[in-house]
Amino acid sequence: MNWIERVEQARAHNHWQPLVEAVPFARFLGLSIDVKGEEFTCILPYREMLIGNPILPALHGGATGGFLECAALFYLLWRMESTDLPRTIDFNIDYLRSGRPRDTFANVHMVKQGTRVANLRIEAWQTTPQEPIALAHGNFLLRNAVS
Amino acid sequence: MTEKNTGSPFIQRWREFIPSSPYNRAMGFVGTGVEGDWCILSVPYREELVGDPSTGVLHGGVITALLDAACGLAVFLRLPEMKPMATLDLRLDYLKPATPGRDVLGRAQCYKLTHDLAFVRGCAYHDTPDEPIAMAVGVYMFIGKGAANPAQEGGKR
Repeated sequence: MNWIERVEQARAHNHWQPLVEAVPFARFLGLSIDVKGEEFTCILPYREMLIGNPILPALHGGATGGFLECAALFYLLWRMESTDLPRTIDFNIDYLRSGRPRDTFANVHMVKQGTRVANLRIEAWQTTPQEPIALAHGNFLLRNAVS
Repeated sequence: MTEKNTGSPFIQRWREFIPSSPYNRAMGFVGTGVEGDWCILSVPYREELVGDPSTGVLHGGVITALLDAACGLAVFLRLPEMKPMATLDLRLDYLKPATPGRDVLGRAQCYKLTHDLAFVRGCAYHDTPDEPIAMAVGVYMFIGKGAANPAQEGGKR
């Protein structure tokens, strides 16, 4: 199955795990996606390999950042009509709390959907969404929109 | 490519420090060298790290982690001894996709150091930093003993 078919399948069945499995880096991180109605959550299950500092221990900033970028891209595939994988233009991460050795969740909010660019805000949390461990925002190029 | 200081005990220690972080190890980061206060890491191309299965281009998250690691090590280069710190923020601009099949280098420099904070910048590239794949700027905060504001939660690394 090619990429376009996989995206169409995921949308048709609202079943996103096969699409996650099709992206090697998402599979490497062990991501999963939970869609309930209009609520989209991306989950990074805890694994020892995600640790940056083993003494604290705390998640690697790069692991949290990569997870948030994955969440944003899957969110756009879920929300948008295009089957093209959007391209990240820029990505900005604020680290608010130490990432503990436990599962991390990401919620995505579309700040602005333009014809060519989508601006997203992504929140990562572990215990409750009210206590985010990181906040990211970024601009994404919607590729099929470019003529 | 740049192996100017590889003989010094500090560089040896620095090189050994990289895989002490499980995520650096999982990503396969390698200490490539140090040029003045610039520190250079590389990530060998691996199928597992691909973000776009149609093209084989590495995921942006790989570049983020590479530059986060390089920036952190660049701060250590300027300290008399390593001390715990946390990434406060990191911004990346993706200028062009990495070429499939090729290793990516990440170089970073700490260009301002204060008692509490370290300001860093870096870029990811294949052949020369003049043709960057991504540019990064970030701020790190020292945490724990010796830091001025231990009450503040932090600790990404």
